[in-house]
Amino acid sequence: MSARAISSLVVPGRGQSVWLVTLSSAAMAFLAVFALALSVTSARLAATWSDALAQTATVRISAPPEEMDSQTALVLDVLRTTPGIAEARVMVPEEQAALLEAWLGPDLPLDALPLPRLIELTETAEGPDRQGLRLRLAAEAPAAVYDDHTRWRRPLVQAATRLQSFALVSLVLIGAVTAAMIALAASAALSSNGQVIRVLRLVGARDRFIALAFVRRISRRALYGSAAGTAVAMLALLALPQAGSAVPVLAGLGFQGWTWALPLTIPPLTAILAWAASMATAFRVLRGVT
Amino acid sequence: MIVFEDVSHDYGGGPLFRDVSVRLEQGSFHFLTGPSGAGKSTFLKLCYGELLPSSGKVTLLNRDLREMTRDQLAETRERIGVVHQDCQFLDHLTVEQNVGLPLTATDRPLRESDVSDLLGWVGLGARADALPPTLSGGERQRAALARAIIGAPNVLLADEPTGNLDWEMSQRLMMLLIELNRMGTAVLIATHDLNLIRFAKAQVQARVMRISGRKLQLAGAEL
Repeated sequence: MSARAISSLVVPGRGQSVWLVTLSSAAMAFLAVFALALSVTSARLAATWSDALAQTATVRISAPPEEMDSQTALVLDVLRTTPGIAEARVMVPEEQAALLEAWLGPDLPLDALPLPRLIELTETAEGPDRQGLRLRLAAEAPAAVYDDHTRWRRPLVQAATRLQSFALVSLVLIGAVTAAMIALAASAALSSNGQVIRVLRLVGARDRFIALAFVRRISRRALYGSAAGTAVAMLALLALPQAGSAVPVLAGLGFQGWTWALPLTIPPLTAILAWAASMATAFRVLRGVT
Repeated sequence: MIVFEDVSHDYGGGPLFRDVSVRLEQGSFHFLTGPSGAGKSTFLKLCYGELLPSSGKVTLLNRDLREMTRDQLAETRERIGVVHQDCQFLDHLTVEQNVGLPLTATDRPLRESDVSDLLGWVGLGARADALPPTLSGGERQRAALARAIIGAPNVLLADEPTGNLDWEMSQRLMMLLIELNRMGTAVLIATHDLNLIRFAKAQVQARVMRISGRKLQLAGAEL
């Protein structure tokens, strides 16, 4: 029998510490998958909101009804001759009604309200000279206001970025707690196997051999536990409403496309973490044994 | 092989022995006797580095015990076979796996036929697959002795190795140790068994040391 083969046998398989490693790894992997999903989702939201709002803008015309058409024509003339504007389209009343309906309800008499006219702009990749456009509109169509959505876009992207930071901090905390739990379990396993350590030292085994005997077992358990926790969490994410579904709450939380591969890295990373944490603990405990 | 120079050892309650100087040379055969509690087991523990002396110098296989790193101590123990009074096995491994442990745990080649032959020699051929808790006291001592010598050690230390054996098996095991000694292994046996000492002295040139009154003395020839 080889050293490696006997190494896997010298530590008895029973013991509460082994179950502690398995359960804590499973629980932490479960949480890590959700933190990772939150991170990926918030990154995706930030990118989507940023892209969607980056190349669109609106011109709002608030003028008396008798001047509305002339002001609109002036604004369209200005926009047509402005570099960086790909398209300018006057929104029809039905589109405006649909926008307001989400906030004010379906039965509002919109005809009776002095609503501004909206012109939707699609900008080129370079975009217009925004300050120059504002000045031209102020001079030629004083009732028009150019809105490039910056005041909406910035806080949305900031919120998404902050959410992503929280998720990443959560992942780090989960990793730290996992390492601490495994170190604790390794310490307990070593303490409850004093006889094994004494016998191995007696026959000339080096600390590395003894440590590896424990570390292999603990890392393997951490891998199994983490794989189970990851699998359950991925199934739970699959069960959540998907983006575009009829249930908007939590819709879109999770992975899409290749990002489904990301949680698969959690079990091997947990095993590596368990290896490092238990190896450090084992050497520290063994230093106290002659 | 093993050199003690002015070695003293204190427990919490006071000195166990003082100023012990002795050399165990290659191929030597020593017995260690003395009343219970005199410090025989402690002396053996100093011989394989489980304990450090309170004062004085212990040299194991040309290395100062105090200066050794943990890996050097492990390397030294590879070359020292030890039979403990309480045997000390891994209870979840079979007798065969326990006996092969000094080789497998130190990454040295192990031939299963060697283990089988050795187990046959100590009368445990039929118990190779048994677990240590199922062995009798005598069987445990024989298995511990087999484990101590499987790696062909330079030094063999045994604490009452025949305490639970009948006379016939004691003689048989003693012959095994004598053969090992003839091949160059230094042997040190702590025992109360005067018949065993007489038997060994008839076969091999053995010296008898006695711990008494906190001193190590060479015993007389009247044994």
